[in-house]
Amino acid sequence: MVGSLAAIGAGLAAIGAGIGIGQIGKGATEGIARQPEAANDIRSAMIIAAAFVEAVALFAVVVSFLGLNSGGAA
Amino acid sequence: MRQKGLKSLLVLAFSLFLVLKGTIIFAQEGGHNSPAHNTEKKFNITETILEHVSDSYGWHLWGHTSISLPVMLYTDKGFEVFSSKNLADEHHNPVAYQGKNTYMVNHHTGKVEIVNADGTPNHEEKLYDFSITKNVASLMVSVLVIMFMFLAVARAYKKTGVTSAPKGLQSFLEPVILFVRDDIAKPNIGAKYAKYMPFLLSIFFFVWINNMLGLVPFFPGGANLSGNIAFTMVLAVIVFIVVNVSGNKNYWGHIFWMPGVPVPMKIFLAPIELMGVFTKPISLMIRLFANITAGHILVLALICLVFVFKSMAIAPVSVAFAGFIYLIELLVAFLQAFIFTMLTALYIGMAVEEHHHAEGAHH
Amino acid sequence: MIFLELNPLVKPDLGLVVWMTVTFLVVLFVLRKFAWKPILSAIKTREDNINDAIAQAEKVKIEMAQLKNDNEALLVKAREERAALIKEAKETKDKMIAAAKEEAKVQAGKIIADASASIQQQKMAALTDLKNQIGKLVIETSEKVLRKELSNKAEQESYIKTLASEVKLN
Repeated sequence: MVGSLAAIGAGLAAIGAGIGIGQIGKGATEGIARQPEAANDIRSAMIIAAAFVEAVALFAVVVSFLGLNSGGAA
Repeated sequence: MRQKGLKSLLVLAFSLFLVLKGTIIFAQEGGHNSPAHNTEKKFNITETILEHVSDSYGWHLWGHTSISLPVMLYTDKGFEVFSSKNLADEHHNPVAYQGKNTYMVNHHTGKVEIVNADGTPNHEEKLYDFSITKNVASLMVSVLVIMFMFLAVARAYKKTGVTSAPKGLQSFLEPVILFVRDDIAKPNIGAKYAKYMPFLLSIFFFVWINNMLGLVPFFPGGANLSGNIAFTMVLAVIVFIVVNVSGNKNYWGHIFWMPGVPVPMKIFLAPIELMGVFTKPISLMIRLFANITAGHILVLALICLVFVFKSMAIAPVSVAFAGFIYLIELLVAFLQAFIFTMLTALYIGMAVEEHHHAEGAHH
Repeated sequence: MIFLELNPLVKPDLGLVVWMTVTFLVVLFVLRKFAWKPILSAIKTREDNINDAIAQAEKVKIEMAQLKNDNEALLVKAREERAALIKEAKETKDKMIAAAKEEAKVQAGKIIADASASIQQQKMAALTDLKNQIGKLVIETSEKVLRKELSNKAEQESYIKTLASEVKLN
């Protein structure tokens, strides 16, 4: 039971992260298309922002994983 | 041409890693499911993965071979050291060891506990565990690697001086050092960057090399050290200390008495800003821990699909996926080291910055 | 908080924390002293060297350009000087030729003058000589006439007439 809830939590986190990273990629490609000469700066900013979003998603994944484990261990 | 060769070499190396990683888990499963152990035991994916990302008292090499590491315990009865092979039988089942107390590894936490004569855990007695666990051993390996690399590079600089072009390891590390200096320290800290360079470089390479070692699936890698909360916590605490010790009047002014806002706002903002002082290092801690652990779990989970489906047909798919994740993990290993260092530099930069624009806003 | 108690994964291990702290601080201090300081200073030195070299090269380039300009200016000046020299030489030559011509003219004039003076002198000498001769002739004739006169008056006269006609020839 807890395991299923954890899986749902992980899935929700993945949705959030997916939307977030999609937005970042959209912004970055638009930025690069508008200003190709700033491509390198935009790319590094994009990677950093993506890492932040991913980290937030991973917090959620870890929390749901903890739920999974405590359920399994208990 | 040369780059292409390097690329294919990398691909080959990682395919090898993956095959070996798979083999190791397979071999271990074999161990678990051997008739002497328990043939009826169901394969538990969560337990297997957790076992791989957690710390342990011995360092598993392959099959039934593992390195026994010293267990060092401090109790009310004094300090004692014994080999970890005393804590498990040949099938990795925990057994009791009679030292100054009776010790046994708890099956769920994986930690040594003092047990009573009947085998029940005794939580009354104090127990401080300073064992050289797999993670501590891995930490030492990484320290040796780091020391060897950088002392050799420093020697190369001393020997060849600055007149000749960098060679070998030196030429590989110099751009990275310059990257840390020019893309991390300078833009985030500003003029005072030079003072913090040794700290930032140490953090960066410490995290990066431990991340990479964690990705190596066989000895002397494979410990999930940089995905261990203790590792990231210590780094975060050190960052917290460095940031707050180097904080100037401006920094503290911004925390306790935010300039440029009305007084009620100042009072309202102070606790929030004060909380920010602590949440910054905590986010550093969680971010690194979660990223590295999640990466390991992902790779292991994909490999474990083979055992979940109990079919070798799924193997190519799961290995292909795991390989893909592995390549991403290589990027993540660098990226997380970069982000950890960059945020550290950013926090230091906020602590040492002189806020001229804020005064302008105030008037 | 309940998770922190439940899961070993997020429970920092005291032993690892202690080992990690010690190790990281050792690494930090050793690397700081024996690796980062020499490496960073070497990189800095090299960068400074490169910057210096670039600045130096730039300076040399400017100097070279300056030198080239100077050379060109010098060349132009030399050319001008040469032209001036040639002009001067020509003038001198012309002057010399003119002077020589003048001189020659003067000399020629002088020679001519001398010659004409000499001719005059000769002429005068010849005239004097002629006069002397004539005088002498007159005296001789007079002597002869006188001698004859003394003997015959008529004849004397006719003789004088003869003589006179003879004399007329000059």
